Amino acid sequence: MSAFQGTRMNPSKFHRSQLKFLAFLIPLAIFMALPIVYIFFHAFKPIDELFAYPPRFFVDNPTFQNFVDLFTKTNDTGVPMSRFLFNSVVVTLIVVVLTVIISTMAGYALSKKNFRMKKAIFEINTLALMFVPAAVMIPRYLLIDELGLINTFLVHILPLLAMPIGLFLVKQFIDQIPDELLEAARLDGASDFQIFVRIIIPLVKPAIATIAILSFQLVWNSIESSSLYVNDEGLKTFSFYMSTLTSTVEGNNVAGQGLAAAASLIMFVPNLIIFIILQSQVMNTMAHSGIK
Amino acid sequence: MKKKPNKRDYSPWMFLAPYIIFFTTFIIIPVAAAILLSFTYFNAIETPTFIGLSNYVGLITQDEVFMQKILPNTLTFALIVGPGGYILSFILAWALAQVPKRMRTVLALIIYSPSMTAGVAMAVVWTIIFSGDETGYLNSLLLTMGVLLEPIQWLQSPEYLMKIMIFVTLWGSMGVGFLAMLSGVLNINTEIYEAGYIDGISNRFQEIIYITIPSMKPQMLFGAVMAVVGTFQAGAIGVALSGANPTPQYAGQLMVNHLEDYGFIRYEMGYAAAISVVLLIVVYLFSKVAWRLFGEKD
Repeated sequence: MSAFQGTRMNPSKFHRSQLKFLAFLIPLAIFMALPIVYIFFHAFKPIDELFAYPPRFFVDNPTFQNFVDLFTKTNDTGVPMSRFLFNSVVVTLIVVVLTVIISTMAGYALSKKNFRMKKAIFEINTLALMFVPAAVMIPRYLLIDELGLINTFLVHILPLLAMPIGLFLVKQFIDQIPDELLEAARLDGASDFQIFVRIIIPLVKPAIATIAILSFQLVWNSIESSSLYVNDEGLKTFSFYMSTLTSTVEGNNVAGQGLAAAASLIMFVPNLIIFIILQSQVMNTMAHSGIK
Repeated sequence: MKKKPNKRDYSPWMFLAPYIIFFTTFIIIPVAAAILLSFTYFNAIETPTFIGLSNYVGLITQDEVFMQKILPNTLTFALIVGPGGYILSFILAWALAQVPKRMRTVLALIIYSPSMTAGVAMAVVWTIIFSGDETGYLNSLLLTMGVLLEPIQWLQSPEYLMKIMIFVTLWGSMGVGFLAMLSGVLNINTEIYEAGYIDGISNRFQEIIYITIPSMKPQMLFGAVMAVVGTFQAGAIGVALSGANPTPQYAGQLMVNHLEDYGFIRYEMGYAAAISVVLLIVVYLFSKVAWRLFGEKD
């Protein structure tokens, strides 16, 4: 054996030899976190600090004024901000729940059932992992128009329900469940539906958590449906409203910056909290994420 | 299940039906429609008329903006952000795997967090940081340090817009693919490393090339596909940053913006559909390269 000490993956405790990785990782992590930390500070700055020259990174006298302004603000057509937030929350909840159910059901069928076209369907889905929705926005628009979904609440929801990556991850995860377990349940007289609810769902919780996060990020951040398919201001979502604040920021509208930062924070924090709660489940799922 | 599928067993379809319905409606049909429309002239009011390959011919021979700006921009952007973000993800995942769990979790969270809201929602923050007058953070910093004598209109300048787009996108590119690679590195059996050393591997570089990457090919492929998709998805960033479509002197114009320009601003839907098809083919080719590198069959 050579004198060279092999890499120690997943070490259990700290050792001096890890310093070189930390010397690289910590500065980089700090650098990457800067814009996010910046939103935090900016959102709590009172108006005189927003105007301060030279601009300062930290906040001296934090205030909730920006949030108060944001919540009491209405847009040009008189729709209050809370309406956008309400729309976003409702849409997000519905999409996340339905995506999880739809993907898990399909994953169960593709993993544990035998039928013709099973392989073909999974192959098509794997191919669809490369699908870039933005590429087909025009036919999508025409289709949504044809289906009469323009200016409806459903248009925020329906296009996002089929998530190829969700089906892919959950199917890979269900593959790990031994067939014998399902066979035993079947012999005990469990129906398909019971097997799905009592065995599959509890066992694939990590994958479900992962799909939930991914679909949450997709729908919560999405502005496509509001900007393209909805004209009725009262039906638009918070992320869209927030993207319109960008134009307010231009032209040196410094007061607008505080609002924009507060709105960014409202966009960001739910993502962060959900990910922190579910991160260990996500890592567990990712171990099975490989495309073979 | 071992049970032979008999003709009456419709149960797989019951479980699959909702997914297939939405998948077909919002993914398959739009792709098929894009292909069909790309052979027509369609202005969204009259019925489409079949014009054969004219849209494609026009795209290649007559659309100067497309050949001179859009295509080079898209390729530059994709070639830097795609492989760049991917390699960075892998290096970060590899380094993270070698620190203890608690520290790793915190660092991974920080590195992953930009990807959670990256894209258009974050454009607001970037517009403030890169703001064009002396109150912009970057300008102010560089002016104080004496690097600049007068503020630069970062987001309106054709010279810098593309660089900023690349930077911002790279910043937010440690997403799902990064997480997959991290768990890939962590799940490699340590015995493989020991065997590798007996077989004469003598440094870390060889270790990565001969052991780490081959042992996590499936995750590498998954990460690569995610990197490709993420790159082309990020197309809207230029318009979001500069606040205009087309972007100043087309400096940050990517295929996604060009297609939006023709589809929703000029209402040349057939032509826009041809751009869609070209874009889908480009994405597919990029992914194909990833498949060649890491796929197990093929």
